[in-house]
This record gives sequence, structure tokens and C-alpha cells, in this order.
Amino acid sequence: MKIHEYQAKQVLQEAGVAVLANRVATTPEEAAAAFQELGGAVAVVKAQIHAGGRGKGTIADDPEQHGVQLVKSAEEAAEVAGRLLGKTLVTVQTGPEGKTVNQVLVEAGCEIARELYLGIVLDRAAAMPVLMVSSEGGVEIEEVAAKTPEKIFKEHFHPAIGLQSYQARKLCAKLGITGKSVRSADAFMRGLCRVFVDCDCSMAEINPMVVTKGGELVALDAKITFDDNALFRHKDIEAYRDLTEEEPSEVRAGEAGLSYVKLDGNIGCLVNGAGLAMSTMDIIKLHGGEPANFLDVGGGANAQQVTEAFRIILSDDHVKAVLVNIFGGIMRCTTIAQALVEAYKTVGFSIPLVVRLEGTEVAEGKKIIAESDVDIITADDLTDAARKVVASIQTN
Amino acid sequence: MSILINKDTRVICQGITGKAGEFHSKNCLDYGTKIVGGVTPGKGGETALGLPVFDTVSEAVEQTGANATMIFVPAPFTADAILEAIDAGIEVVVAITEGVPVLDMVHVYEVARRSNVTLIGPNCPGLITSDECKIGIMPGYIHKKGSVGVMSRSGTLTYEAVWQTSNLGLGQTTCVGLGGDPIVGTSFIDLFKLYEADPETESILMMGEIGGTAEEEAAAFVKEHVSKPVAAFIAGRTAPPGKRMGHAGAIISGGKGTAEEKIAALEDAGIEVAQSPADMGAAVQRAIANKRN
Repeated sequence: MKIHEYQAKQVLQEAGVAVLANRVATTPEEAAAAFQELGGAVAVVKAQIHAGGRGKGTIADDPEQHGVQLVKSAEEAAEVAGRLLGKTLVTVQTGPEGKTVNQVLVEAGCEIARELYLGIVLDRAAAMPVLMVSSEGGVEIEEVAAKTPEKIFKEHFHPAIGLQSYQARKLCAKLGITGKSVRSADAFMRGLCRVFVDCDCSMAEINPMVVTKGGELVALDAKITFDDNALFRHKDIEAYRDLTEEEPSEVRAGEAGLSYVKLDGNIGCLVNGAGLAMSTMDIIKLHGGEPANFLDVGGGANAQQVTEAFRIILSDDHVKAVLVNIFGGIMRCTTIAQALVEAYKTVGFSIPLVVRLEGTEVAEGKKIIAESDVDIITADDLTDAARKVVASIQTN
Repeated sequence: MSILINKDTRVICQGITGKAGEFHSKNCLDYGTKIVGGVTPGKGGETALGLPVFDTVSEAVEQTGANATMIFVPAPFTADAILEAIDAGIEVVVAITEGVPVLDMVHVYEVARRSNVTLIGPNCPGLITSDECKIGIMPGYIHKKGSVGVMSRSGTLTYEAVWQTSNLGLGQTTCVGLGGDPIVGTSFIDLFKLYEADPETESILMMGEIGGTAEEEAAAFVKEHVSKPVAAFIAGRTAPPGKRMGHAGAIISGGKGTAEEKIAALEDAGIEVAQSPADMGAAVQRAIANKRN
């Protein structure tokens, strides 16, 4: 689960990790008041969306307006907030459709001596979290990793022990952090590692982390994502979820217990199992088609879920045909066949539907489809199914 | 021969009194697996499927001689169940449960690494030695005794591969679903070692997917240490970066973990890569033919 920068900073602040003074605003008036409360000569107004690249990103119908702007008065804060709020911000990460800005963060300015990078992810190969730092702050870490990997330094830590001070000191030495800043860095790094463990994060990234002219380390930006599987023990974090930031069809699928990801093609897919669902997308592409989605109905889908899956797939206007690929294991082919026939009637199909069934009770399943009066194209194996669904679009 | 489990393996089910645990225990029994009991805390002394239920895994091991377990307990309690099984000296621990928090698995992995246990999963279909022992949720009838060692990070895609190798008359020795999570107990490399050493396994089929670097590491291992014919398939060629494809592990992040990188590494190691998921069985046949020439 992703959260906004302002929420991430609340999480950090509660854990004692240094952030700049800030206020959230949803109206220009609130932004002006925030500027005054912060009391500085300058402040930064930052659009809050679940995507990076906001500083360079621009408002869709107002390309002069960037997602992050420096302001020098309450009036200016209000004016900038007014040009961002309710507008669509397009960044390299949002895609051309952009995302609506519903809040801005008004944050105190600070005098920056250096910009650094600091991030924590799970290192799968080591089966442990790893803290990564780099002297190249403000740059995408992937870019640093590709061009100058020698500028990235790493320390693994076990969640039961946490990051130790000596590890922070080692990283400080690599980054050239000296004197009293080392103590500040130690508190910052260990604090962030504690947040990662205590909140079941899957990623925590501070880019840039700045060293102020006063020698203190502080998070200028903050991006945290959480392990969905651990949210059951973090009700407070779950409350940060912003459904307006998520694809509505994916939210709807999640509520029905389906795993759905919208893609750009025109062949809808309904499959059981994640690996088979990915492979079904692959084979469609291999035969010249473009998948419109990833959809895993799971192992124990019932008629309601299959119906809902069809509705979600068909709610995408780009979909011109649907391929159902089921390898029955726990899921019986008879169950899916009945659900298919029922769903076909309830949903009202006007485009070709190709069905490939295999596995548990396949003969009975095929019989149910054959004996129904629904217009389903059946396929014998994966290749046959992919060919038929691609052909069905071309002949239409 | 086979790997990890055979007709003499004695299996308990942790969570046998739950709906999924009972259903799949019954299917395993029907397949011929020696299920010897179950564990559900608080229900010790009861029976399920006519088998004794114990409060703790230690008691179950003492009284039934179990050396393998199949875990169906809910995700929040799975780490505890795995640790209990390891503590009781179970040799093969199979965690079917999906949705286990990844940091829980960091702890479990550390303990498993320090013991002699083989942990399969979590979030996996289990493993099966054809015609001998099934510990998991896969449909038994698609499996056929034969010579291919099959391993995969996914469930139904494995069924597809098994079905293809069965239809081609190749059959399988042991088929293992490693699990779709970022941290799982057993790697492709662990199994390559076992398949390479198993005289009945004549060829090996691995199915990977996007995300992580497990396939690249496996490819490097095969290049150095595996003499048997190897075929592979990578799911997710068409998956866009940054989107999680169902499995928590199946995500391309920061340009890493793409299908192209993995396929290049596999081909470099002399592995026969199936271009289509319909081509996995045939790829095994090609790998065998290549080795002969």
C-alpha cells in the first residue's frame, strides 16, 4: 500500500525521524494560513499524489505550473495552492492521464549543505532488509545504480536486532559525513530502520535526505510503502489508504477477492492463478494480440466472483474479446462452467468469449457449456485459445 | 528414488480441523499419502478424518513418527506454525498459506537456515512425488510417474507444465511449487542440487516469473554444476514495471527482474527456454535431444 508524502512524514515524525515543519492544506486559504504559521521567509508548496517526479511534473492544462514550488509570502502560497488543487498533475510516473491533486503540503524551507539518498528495501537474496545510501541525492536511485554503482553503499540489518550505530558510522564514513553530523545521521538512519520494521514497510525512501548548513540531517522528501499482508496488525496505517489514488476497477476487484491489474490492450483475460494469468497474457501477445488486463480469480472462486470478474473486464471500453483460461485444481471445471454460463447471461455479452478449460472435472465442465445456449467459442489448449481469441477480434 | 518425499514419508497437517486443511488432507489421503495425524491447538484428543489431532507438533511427532508437515493455518499464525514444526524436528515443512507478512518470513528464514529443515513455501501449491506422496493442493491425477524434475514459483502454471509433460509421456519424479512470495524457504538452486543427485530424475523443468533475481542465480548455478538437460519458462514477459502481478514477488522494480534479463541468463547457461507457455513440455524434449547431440 502506498501513502502520501505528508502521511509518510507523520509516520517519521512520530518515530522521531527528523522532518521539516509542515502543514497540509486542501484550500488556498489553508495554504496561506500554513505559510504564516510556519513563520519563515520562504516555504515550499508540494502537490500530494502517489507518484514521483512531481518537481518536474506539470499541471495538464497549465504547463507553467510545476508540482513543487517555492513561495515567499502567504499570498503566493495561496496562489500556487489554487493553481495545483483540484488540477491534474502529469509526471513521468503518472502516465499521460496524470493524477488529481487533492492536497498540498506546505513545508518550511531550510538551508541545504548537501543532498543525499537513503532507502530501505528487502534484499530477497539475503532474505533481510538492506539500508542503501548514496551521495547522489535527488537523483533516481535506479539511475545511480546503472551509471555509478560505486556511489551506493549498503548495510543489511536483521529486524530483530535493528541497524547498529557502528553500521551508521560506517555509512557516514563512506558519505563523508563528519563531526557532529554523525550523531544526527546515526539517529536518522536507525530511526528509519526502526520505522521500516515496526510498520512492516516494503520500501522506505528518503530522496533527498539533506544535511543542513547547521549540520543536521532531515528528510526533504519521504516515500513509504507497506506490506499489504501485514496491514492486519497496523489499523492506524491502513487508515492512511487513499482510494482516490487507485485505479477504481482494481479497488472493485480487491473488494471481490480478485487480483486485477488494468493494462492497455483489448483482450480481456480471466484466469485462475497468478503464474498462469501472466502466462496467458504472454501467449496472447505471442500470437499478435494485446492483453487488456491481468486477472486472477484465485483458487476457490464462486459464481458471484466470476460474474463480478466479467463485469470488471467488460467495464473497460477497450476490451473487444475475452479469453477465459482455467486449469482446474481445487477449482472444479464444473463450478467455473456453471459460473460462466450464469455470468454470461447476467452480464450480457456482446463480444466474443473464448474458453479453455482443463483439469478437475473438465469433461463435465465442457458438457455444461456445450448444452447451454450461450455463444461461447471453446478451445482445446493454450495455443488454440490464444489463436482463436486473437482471430475473433480480427474478423470483427 | 525421488527428492524430499516418497511413499514412506509420514505427514501431519497443521490446521487439519479447518475447512481447507481437512479438504486437502482428505485429497492427499486419497492420493495415497501417509497422513498420520493433525495439529490444532486446543483440539488435542479429538479426531479429524479418523486421524488423531494433537495440541502441539512435538506431541504429534512423538506419537506418530511424522517427518513432514503441511501447514494450512491462517497467515497471521503461519510463522509461528513453521517455527513450531522446525522446533519439533520435522524434516520437510510445507507452508501452503498465502499472505504471510514478509518480515515474519525474514525471522523464519533465519531459523530455517540454521537447522536441517527443508521449508517449502509459503504461498505455494506444495510438492508431489508422482504415485507416492502428495503434500499440497495440486490435482493428483495430472501427474504421471516419470523422469522430469519440475519446479516452479507458481501454482496453476505448474499444473499446465505437469500436464504437458504427462501428455508427452515424460512424466515427473517430484514436482515442487516453491511459492510466489519474496522470501520462500527453498530456492531453485537448492532443488537443482537435489535433482542433479537423484538417479531417477533425467531432466529438469523450472518455471520462473518476473521479479527478483532467483532465476539469474539459478542459471549461474546450472552453468557450473548441473549436467542434466534443463528447460525453463519465464512468466510475465508482457507485465508492465511497477505493477504487482498477483504474487507479492512478481513485480518489476527499478528496471530489475524483467523477463528479458532472466531469459538471457538462462539461455547463456545452455538452458532450453520455452517461448510460449504451451511449449514447456516440448522444451524439455528439446533439452534432452540437445544433450544427446
